[in-house]
Amino acid sequence: MSNSERPEIFDRRLFARRRARALERLAATSGDADFLLANAAADLGERLAAVSRDFPLAVDLGGHRGHVSAALAASGRVGTVLRADLLVEDRSVPGAALVADDAFPPFADGSLDLVASALSLHLVNDLPGALIQIRRALRPDGLFLANLLGGDTLFELKDAFMLAELETLGGATPHVVPFADTRALGALLQRAGFALPVADVDRLTVRYGDMFALMRDLRAMGAANILADRSRTPLSRATLARAAEIYAERHGDPDGRIRATFDLVSLSGWAPHESQQKPLKPGSAKTRLADALSALDAERNNNDPQPD
Amino acid sequence: MASEPAHALDRKLLELLVCPLTKTTLEYDAAKQELISRAAKLAYPIRDGIPIMLPDEARPLDDSDAA
Repeated sequence: MSNSERPEIFDRRLFARRRARALERLAATSGDADFLLANAAADLGERLAAVSRDFPLAVDLGGHRGHVSAALAASGRVGTVLRADLLVEDRSVPGAALVADDAFPPFADGSLDLVASALSLHLVNDLPGALIQIRRALRPDGLFLANLLGGDTLFELKDAFMLAELETLGGATPHVVPFADTRALGALLQRAGFALPVADVDRLTVRYGDMFALMRDLRAMGAANILADRSRTPLSRATLARAAEIYAERHGDPDGRIRATFDLVSLSGWAPHESQQKPLKPGSAKTRLADALSALDAERNNNDPQPD
Repeated sequence: MASEPAHALDRKLLELLVCPLTKTTLEYDAAKQELISRAAKLAYPIRDGIPIMLPDEARPLDDSDAA
């Protein structure tokens, strides 16, 4: 469904198909290719446990193998958790309450106490729009807790692909999705109407045997290239081999393994409520600034050593 | 935790679901297992008790669906 004039960055239909395939594969193997997700879910759970409040009704927006729902339940802060699987039902983990698109959350205004999202909002075309819809779905004083990939995530892979394509093809097409800057994400929360918005970043460096091992992991996470204007011709074997070489040369460790950066940006914001701390209204000060400053000056003068 | 029977949760879920595009209320068609958005002229399927709230997978309403 794309009825807007806005250019689409991500091909969400392709994303749905990739996700379906990745979920099937994950269900078939007992691998730990979803370690990044498990990590992100645990992070959400820890941050929630630190909030001294209870949340009767929560939505796990994304589902994600049940990791987030489990972390929310384990926090001891949440009553009912509704698991909203992202675009595709995850049959390997029973218990989905619904299937939804996090770009168009289907929840009534003011209906939820908590919305949690792990590692998926970086693939939404209209993030400001998604954030506004999430904020509206929250009750006053409801909490939005999320993390997503941002900052310099996968800059090594981007770099290796670009240089290899320039060398072997004489031009480059994007292979790694663009990631938002942490500060920009904080500003977006504020613009979406969240109170007490916080955005901070945690850098995770994962080491792999080679670039192909990293790409297998990304595919297993359903995170392979879903750019709408990606090249429709797959990269040639020669270009891929060259990219792997460049990756190892430029971003390898002495022991031959390669490094991959994941910047996990954590977001939190509250649906506004009158009980929350907020700045005083302009003009409501009870003391003149000039008085405060001259008092300070007087104090400083008294403390200064007097000449003679 | 999820101590209520599944039926109660379903009703609770239906109460808070709205059309993802128009945010308007939905009509529950128990026979067809669909959630109908008159505003978006779409019927969202419910598969094995799980509402699929995706416009891409919804059935466009036609004249035979008149309320």
